[in-house]
Amino acid sequence: MEIPKSFLGYKRENGRVGTRNHVIILPVDDISNACAEAVSNNIKGTIALPHSYGRLQFGADLELHFKTMIGTAKNPNVAAAIIIGIEPKWTKRIVDEVAKTGKPVEGFSIEGAGDIETIMKASKKAQEFSIWASEKQREECPVSDLWISVKCGESDTTSGLASNPTVGNLMDKLEPLGVHLCFGETSELTGAEQVCAKRGKTKEAQDKFMKTWSDYNDFILKEATDDLSESQPTAGNIAGGLTTIEEKAFGNFQKIGSVQYIDVLTPAEEPQKGPGLYFMDTSSAAAECVTLQAAGGFNIHLFPTGQGNIIGNPIEPVIKLTANPLTAVKMKEHIDVDVSKILSREMNLDQAGDELIKATIRVANGRYTCAEALGHKEFVMTKLYRSA
Amino acid sequence: MASTDIIIHDKKDNVGVVVIEKVAPNQTCNCWIMEGDGSTTVEAKNDVPLGHKLALVDLNEGDTIIKYGHDIGKVVKAIKKGEHVHVHNVKTKKW
Repeated sequence: MEIPKSFLGYKRENGRVGTRNHVIILPVDDISNACAEAVSNNIKGTIALPHSYGRLQFGADLELHFKTMIGTAKNPNVAAAIIIGIEPKWTKRIVDEVAKTGKPVEGFSIEGAGDIETIMKASKKAQEFSIWASEKQREECPVSDLWISVKCGESDTTSGLASNPTVGNLMDKLEPLGVHLCFGETSELTGAEQVCAKRGKTKEAQDKFMKTWSDYNDFILKEATDDLSESQPTAGNIAGGLTTIEEKAFGNFQKIGSVQYIDVLTPAEEPQKGPGLYFMDTSSAAAECVTLQAAGGFNIHLFPTGQGNIIGNPIEPVIKLTANPLTAVKMKEHIDVDVSKILSREMNLDQAGDELIKATIRVANGRYTCAEALGHKEFVMTKLYRSA
Repeated sequence: MASTDIIIHDKKDNVGVVVIEKVAPNQTCNCWIMEGDGSTTVEAKNDVPLGHKLALVDLNEGDTIIKYGHDIGKVVKAIKKGEHVHVHNVKTKKW
């Protein structure tokens, strides 16, 4: 198949391209959720992103919170953003960073005004943004404007056999075209960490990976009451036939095909070294991982599943594929691409990779994913430690 | 080509994955070895459901399970060729 050279995207002020055109209402903290949701109820074409944190965090944990907030609003799938927090200072910090992209952004703080006055003011601005964004048109953009993140979930052995290698096949085909790619899941590389380290393109990238993985492993050894046997692999993984974390890790690793990663990103960090594959230090919990990758600027996500994970994200469309023939039938409404024919050898990996590329371009052009149509918009902060 | 009951990733692997709804005792299973596109057969000794593994050789306690050509854990209870390989007879080496 000839790989499509372009897709229809939204060109943003800073040169990035969006596959979606969201106007978001972003609460800085948990107690501003009600206000943000009221604004999005008032104004059509907006979406609120409620979450559970943002108060009394400190140090690296607070920095990650800001990075996630700022990165989410900066993502090119976001046309414009309203930021609402309890206090003006933290709200302004986010607004100032997002404004650097050139996109419309405005902040509101609730203290001293109350919810109702804030909702009124923010709704007026949100209406202005929504109408403005509704006039944006999709334009032809090179395929290199795709920033594709990947993460698998509810994996079983069919993931390692077929759906993850399908994503790997897509990476092998799109990496030479200058696409940005990202994989994560630090914990789920345990057992394959030495093999993964060697996949770094430079000594620097390899060392950075090993340090990231070792820091995580040290944390597990320190915090775990016994081991991770109860959560890695998960009950769903075990039901699907996965026996050990090593087996899961080698299956997981199939997602990057034969591509070498050029750099290792901290959680929610935006890539700085140009096109190519990046590893991001993330949890392996689906919603946390995709939220961090979206905050890193990725504009479309590929999610292979075995037993049937149902996750979506509010701003980054999540395309699901499965090679499990039972999941493809029983959970049809969650599966965008069925590659189960690989197992019966009626389809080969090359064909499956092509099918996935076609689906990716269609979703980039605006086709709803199953998760979008079902209203999945899991926005989940990664918390590094307890608050003050 | 005969329909595939079991897929083996790598020539070095000592387990294969069931890719039909299940295999039953005494069933002769057709195996596809992905690496090098080879074929073999193995007789199942247990019911093994879709996605689960079956031993391709006799394995003793302490042996290493190889899948994807890599070490994925250790045998904690002897396994005969054709038997179900899972959490009841294999454990991680990590913890």
